[in-house]
Amino acid sequence: MKTDDLVKLLAAGVVPVPAGAVARRFAMAMGWGLAGAALLLVFALGIRSDLAQAAGDLTFWLKPAFTACLALAGLMAAHRLARPGMRLGRAWVLLAAPVLVLWLMAALVLADAAPAERADLIFGDTWKECPLNIAFISLPLFAAALWAVKGLAPTRLALAGASAGLLAGAAGALVYALHCPESTAPFLAVWYVVGIAIPTLAGAVLGPRILRW
Amino acid sequence: MRRTEVSDGRFAATESRLRDLLLRGLNGDAAAYHQFLKALSAHLRAYFRKRLFERIDEAEDLVQETLLAVHNQRQTYRIDQPLTAWVHAIARYKLVDLLRARASRDAMTDPLDDADEVFAASDSDAADAKKDLGKLLAGLPDRQRLPIVHVKLEGLSVVEAAQLTGMSESAIKIGVHRGLKALAAKIQGGA
Repeated sequence: MKTDDLVKLLAAGVVPVPAGAVARRFAMAMGWGLAGAALLLVFALGIRSDLAQAAGDLTFWLKPAFTACLALAGLMAAHRLARPGMRLGRAWVLLAAPVLVLWLMAALVLADAAPAERADLIFGDTWKECPLNIAFISLPLFAAALWAVKGLAPTRLALAGASAGLLAGAAGALVYALHCPESTAPFLAVWYVVGIAIPTLAGAVLGPRILRW
Repeated sequence: MRRTEVSDGRFAATESRLRDLLLRGLNGDAAAYHQFLKALSAHLRAYFRKRLFERIDEAEDLVQETLLAVHNQRQTYRIDQPLTAWVHAIARYKLVDLLRARASRDAMTDPLDDADEVFAASDSDAADAKKDLGKLLAGLPDRQRLPIVHVKLEGLSVVEAAQLTGMSESAIKIGVHRGLKALAAKIQGGA
């Protein structure tokens, strides 16, 4: 087929592109991904029994606040990197800010605590399972975020994969908070960050292979 | 890197003319979209020929592959973004993909360059492509091939194509959409 014929073919009967098509794709992916993650949480891990009681405590809200901020920053980054010729730009600041604030809070808590209590604040009761649980709960979100990015046009595949993985990890950690009994800043600053880093790295590694278009 | 004011002016004029045509195309104006793709294919041809050292059949494959990509991914263009940056990122991605695929045969050449360069020259003298899209199209399943043939090649409306094939109207629309994506995958896959 000649290129002119292809041009004619592509232009024939072309339909308007709805505004916000990209945003809609991400919204759909996150909707399905969050539903999948919530199901996985309820059936595989269960919701913590004292959730209503814990939610009355102000410190409980650090977890959802941190993970939600990071997920929004990840969404913004993935949204940009899924388009040809768009750089991460100032989204870097939004990605770094929640982590830096959390680390600062953790440092203040640790500095304030008696030396004997510090290990407990960092390790809690669940440090062994926390990162892998976050990665596990993120799986449906991971698949959904990669699907959303792949159907668009990422040109830097490792970076785009990492941003999709970060989005999935942070949103997965938000869901995992319904199960997780920990609430100290030092615990979150280490184990939540590690848990979210797992899908982020997986996205960076898998991106160049599976995001090609 | 010296560039005269005259040619700077020409870049800006090309950018704004093409952008205007694309935006009208995104709103469903087929004539403007046709003009956009036609002008774009000439720019892409010059861009790829220069970088593939006059391997003109391979360059023509890339022109077609990039046109398909631009069409299939056109929803990713953001109005506040320079069109040249968007087009260049797609063209460069497709070029790097090709160079990587044949890296074992040939010495790598550095494809890094200015985003402006994609509109720097234009070549409307089409060569024959190596990969025949017509044949690739014939290899698609009927549910994708028939909608493309009737709506895109014969110019029937979606309603007419639906009546002719016995498919539903939404199946026709989905068939066109998925068929063009499948075509893009086939041309990339080196079929």
